Amino acid sequence: MKLYGKYFMIHFKSTMEYKTSFLLSCIGQFLVSFNVFLGVYFMFQRFSKVEGFTYNEVLLCFGITLMEFSLAESFARGFDMFPNIVNKGEFDRIMVRPRNEILQVLGSRIEFSRIGRILQAVVMFVYGFTVSDVHWNVQKIAAVLFMLIGGTVVFGGIFLIYASICFFTLEGLEFMNIFTDGAREYGKYPVCIYGKRILQLSTFVIPYALIQYYPLLYLLDRGKSYYILLPLIACLFIIPCLLLWKLGVRHYKSCGS
Amino acid sequence: MKKYFAFFRLRFSMGLQYRAAALAGIITQFVWGTMEILMFRAFYHADANAFPMTFQAVSSYVWMQQAFLTLFMAWMMENDIFSAIVDGNIAYELCRPIDIYNMWFSRSLATRLSKAVLRCMPILLAALFFPAPYGLMLPVSLPAFLLFFLTLFLGTGVTVAFCMLVYMACFFTISSAGVRMVAVSVVEFFSGAVIPLPFFPDKIRRIMEILPFASMQNVPLRIYSGDLTGSAMGQAVALQLFWLFALTGIGKLLNALAMKKITVQGG
Amino acid sequence: MITMQHVRKTYKVSKRDAGFSSAFKALFHKEYEYIHALDDVSFTICDGEMVGYIGPNGAGKSSTIKILSGILTPEEGTCLINGLIPWKNRIEHVKNIGVVFGQRSQLWWDVPVMDSFELLKEIYKISTPSYNHNLEQLTDMLNLSELLKTPVRQLSLGQRMRCEIAASLLHDPKILFLDEPTIGLDAVSKLAVRDFILKLNKEKNTTVILTTHDMQDIEALTNRIILIGKGSILLDGTIDDIRKDYDSTEEALAAFYRSHNI
Repeated sequence: MKLYGKYFMIHFKSTMEYKTSFLLSCIGQFLVSFNVFLGVYFMFQRFSKVEGFTYNEVLLCFGITLMEFSLAESFARGFDMFPNIVNKGEFDRIMVRPRNEILQVLGSRIEFSRIGRILQAVVMFVYGFTVSDVHWNVQKIAAVLFMLIGGTVVFGGIFLIYASICFFTLEGLEFMNIFTDGAREYGKYPVCIYGKRILQLSTFVIPYALIQYYPLLYLLDRGKSYYILLPLIACLFIIPCLLLWKLGVRHYKSCGS
Repeated sequence: MKKYFAFFRLRFSMGLQYRAAALAGIITQFVWGTMEILMFRAFYHADANAFPMTFQAVSSYVWMQQAFLTLFMAWMMENDIFSAIVDGNIAYELCRPIDIYNMWFSRSLATRLSKAVLRCMPILLAALFFPAPYGLMLPVSLPAFLLFFLTLFLGTGVTVAFCMLVYMACFFTISSAGVRMVAVSVVEFFSGAVIPLPFFPDKIRRIMEILPFASMQNVPLRIYSGDLTGSAMGQAVALQLFWLFALTGIGKLLNALAMKKITVQGG
Repeated sequence: MITMQHVRKTYKVSKRDAGFSSAFKALFHKEYEYIHALDDVSFTICDGEMVGYIGPNGAGKSSTIKILSGILTPEEGTCLINGLIPWKNRIEHVKNIGVVFGQRSQLWWDVPVMDSFELLKEIYKISTPSYNHNLEQLTDMLNLSELLKTPVRQLSLGQRMRCEIAASLLHDPKILFLDEPTIGLDAVSKLAVRDFILKLNKEKNTTVILTTHDMQDIEALTNRIILIGKGSILLDGTIDDIRKDYDSTEEALAAFYRSHNI
């Protein structure tokens, strides 16, 4: 943890060397995800409800999903950029240091401009929060907290899978976008609107629904009480991801000279 | 002309080389298309009367959009060009006896086309076999189909011409990443990549349709899905031509200015 | 003590002819080639020894260094360094080694050198007294006092290489791997680096394994050379073994490469 703090500081110093660029990237990040919001907004200009969810409820859902994703992305940026790390031979350097590889990869890239995206998520969330008719109490606040934890872990796990694949091939990684950017993009609506099959897939295969749809139902008083714990169960998803990573490291080929 | 064709060929065969990337792209776009259609289905179930197009037209729109994604996506800009501008490697390019604007234009066009050629067929074929309202419908008529192709190319031209403006803008700014991100967001939203233009309220839609962004994917996709017909169609094609010339003109102008700036200030 | 026995490492690479039609063909069918980067490589290096590891480009030098430093796992063979298997006991093993990749930097580009060093202190969990002691010593030997507060991007290549070497030695490793440490350096910096390596070896008895294409590095630093070509060791001896009647070591080496067809 202390080491991660050190990494954090050194990234912060580096970023501050380029203040203007940092600011512009923040604004850019803010705007990029704003598009998704506008898409939702204009759809609801036409339609009042989708699968029983109102505009405000969808916003709440979108805000939380976006925040989960952005948190994971800020911490796990090193995995997101992993093809680069492998290509440039930086992983060699990581391997010759006596620390856990995952921690070092996490520390090798920390993206502060994601603050733009997190900020937007906060705005969405607060807006959805205030306009929704959720009756807030301690359990529900805990549920949101669990969602954020579970969501960060699940998205982190997906980034980890993405990085592990880089050990085997650097080609064709694009399909992982389905699970990263795609999940963020389509996570703007509660998973159930995509139909039963998708809901099943995202309950049992990749636990998106556990960090989004079910706890959301709990917040809206439409779900069973154990839904509050599902995001924590979703954290188990990280275990197979870690195993894949271990396998990948053994298979590491390095590059060039 | 011949040398630009050589550039085009080189890029094109480079694009073909990435087989795994193409396969991954096909799968990705297939899933995205499916999710998109499922989302529209949910809204259709919610209130069918509020739907501005037929559901079949929306499905066709989405599948065509996914199949030809690489032609229109603004974020598919050439990273090499950005880094050449930023780190000054552009000096090498200037040593060659060719026009930078034309070279980059043909290069971007080739990248997009080569990717599209590889990816479109499997997606289109599979989409044709999807059950009725969710799949891709066959073209309405032969003339409409030909017109679709024409506007597809014009739309690609407009997209590339717009990206050229972004490259050129990078000569004059400090943060190319910032410019790029903002440009991409604007294109995505106004071109109908986020939601098709007919889904916008009428007043806003009318303004959006005049902008250059509507001349990108909006026109060919809506012609194919039969949403754009008659005089509105003629108008749209004319606008495409206008924007293609206008954007290339502005781009060339900026290019000349940028070259002057480089040669005067020494990079 | 480093022992490497019968180590083998193979890579699979795709091959394709130039041209448009073969690009198209490769879409449907890809051919692969197996390259034996290391083919039955064995050697032993004792503590405190200085060894030059040489060979033409693509001979397997980097692969060897990467196996020794725990980055790569070979398919066959054993390797024991001070009682540890590099790829199995990676974390324990790398505490005792320092690696300099001449063509890559381990320093953080935008911040002063000192910040990178502080981070390394944390990574290697170096205790404050021994960190201060080592830093002082290295600053002295490599003449770094002026450089430590400068951001890395403002350093010249020679200055940066001195900092890189210091960074690899902060944790006082017993073994130092140098992968082309003098590449691209000017004459003054080269001499400074060589002097330092000699001193380090003499004073701390550090084992040094050096890969380079610069024969003057070899002449100045090492008695023993290991020459590798096409994945096998062709010579394990001294520089004089190949020198023979040639005027320069460079020519002798070129002749040797030619005679072995590598």
